[in-house]
Amino acid sequence: MTLLAASVIIFAFIHIVPGDPIYVLLGDTATPDQIDALRHQLGLDQPIILQYLNWAGHVLEGDLGRSIFFQAPVLSVIADGAETSTLLATMTMIWVAVIGVPIGMIAAVRHGTWLDQGLSGAAMLMASIPTFWVGLYLILIFAAWLGWFPSSGYPSIFEGGVVNLRYLVLPSLALAAPNAALILRLTRASMLDVSREDYVRTARAKGIRPWQVVRRHIWRNALLAVVSAFGFTFAALLSEAVVTETVFALPGIGRLVVQSILRRDYPVIQGVILVIVVVYLLVNLMVDLSYRLLDPRVELQ
Amino acid sequence: MSTNSATLWLRPFIARPIALAGLGVLLATVLAAAFAPWLAPYDPYAIDPLIRLTPPNVTHWFGTDQFGRDTLSRTIQSARMALLIGSGVVVFALATGVPAGVLSALFPRLGHLLMRMVDVLMAFPTLLLALGLIVILGPSVANVILAIGLGYMTTTTRIVYGLTLRLRAETYVEASRSMGAGTVWLISRHILPNLVSPLLVQASFVFAFAQLGAASLDFLGLGAPPEIPSWGNMLAESRTFITRAPWLLIFPGMMIVATAFSLNLVGDALRDRLDPRFRQVFGEKG
Repeated sequence: MTLLAASVIIFAFIHIVPGDPIYVLLGDTATPDQIDALRHQLGLDQPIILQYLNWAGHVLEGDLGRSIFFQAPVLSVIADGAETSTLLATMTMIWVAVIGVPIGMIAAVRHGTWLDQGLSGAAMLMASIPTFWVGLYLILIFAAWLGWFPSSGYPSIFEGGVVNLRYLVLPSLALAAPNAALILRLTRASMLDVSREDYVRTARAKGIRPWQVVRRHIWRNALLAVVSAFGFTFAALLSEAVVTETVFALPGIGRLVVQSILRRDYPVIQGVILVIVVVYLLVNLMVDLSYRLLDPRVELQ
Repeated sequence: MSTNSATLWLRPFIARPIALAGLGVLLATVLAAAFAPWLAPYDPYAIDPLIRLTPPNVTHWFGTDQFGRDTLSRTIQSARMALLIGSGVVVFALATGVPAGVLSALFPRLGHLLMRMVDVLMAFPTLLLALGLIVILGPSVANVILAIGLGYMTTTTRIVYGLTLRLRAETYVEASRSMGAGTVWLISRHILPNLVSPLLVQASFVFAFAQLGAASLDFLGLGAPPEIPSWGNMLAESRTFITRAPWLLIFPGMMIVATAFSLNLVGDALRDRLDPRFRQVFGEKG
């Protein structure tokens, strides 16, 4: 339902845009006949509703149309960028999980101490830094000065092997910084919430070792909120990747959107936004389903 | 407001020195924006090819850019754009989100429809939504405000909706209604006054995220027109000179971080003094 409405918006969006792709394709020298012929060939002369139904019908068959710029199916254009973006997202989420969650737990356990205040403050600072600025300085320090990592681009791991993952180290770190900060704060907050529960006090009163209380009583129950935070972190990540991929010149879906906007390549913009929205909704669905796994009390409707 | 309520508002800041420092940074930014022409040592638009890309020195504290323009003057001038976009986004998000949220909570049928629309809009990541709108509307300051504001309109609507539902269930609201109070009375006497504090919290977070969003749009070349100095534009322009002139990116970037960080600190301090029943309506996302 949400997806249907979203697809109408995506379709409508692109068609109110000023700037006719026909002129972009043919240039200023085109004759009116050429323009009409191409318009007809691309189906742009049909009523808008028909164009939508046409588009939606093809989408359901897995056909997202043809890119005006690449002269290739949109699906294959997106698939070319999918490898980079998927790996970037995965690496970023790994950083977020290994940095954000444990540090958040430490801050919660040491609640109220200078360590907690320092870590929480640092997290808020990280969340206030634009990702592209972090990215630019990572390039300057680790690529230009130290030469540890490549500064831009990404050749496929299927061609150059797993070592090519080093191209994604700096971009994923830049992208992870604000999101890890968010997860850190959320892990801390939800663990503190749980630790005020009666059963935690009971467990402590029974003389269970402190770290056992944290592990078995607090952490297990705080996990639910952390998992759902991963859902919206992933969503934030999808749009922040647009900027990061541009900074590091990565051939991913995010940069494809920006370039397609500048080229007025409607079918590609539509396709990418649709794919991102679908991925986002799927991730949220998976988050909802995982609740059931983590907490048997949750009933699925 | 009486002095009494003024001290009440200041209390969370006095108890927390770092939040007070944040408030100070924001005040300094406002003053810099207001008195930019008097504070800036040079004309922020003046080009001087002879001194292009000079590192920071005694005459040009922050150095000069690729056109020989004074970076300090441009950094000060840019505070105006930052405040304009930030406050514009906040005003837009509140002016649309508050009525939508309040009415949705009071009229369930309308609420059902509106909240579904919010769900659909929220399926688009904020920056992607902004990008799409900029494509349709074209890059201009007003359109940047609109494009970013739309993303925060949805979160504001949700928060106001949640808060109003809670308020509506309060005994005194019910009592007032049973004595024959009309909807307008309920909204103006009981609901809006109670929304002021939580909305102040929301406003500071939205302001902070608007800074970061606008900077991203500027950076992609889809933000405010490049001839107007803004921190994002300054970063976007000097990006290619990063190895030759790293100072060009330090100062505007630090200003973005300083304002966003200060706003987050202030928002956090305000949130902690909120009624505990309201606090949980705010996720960490703001």
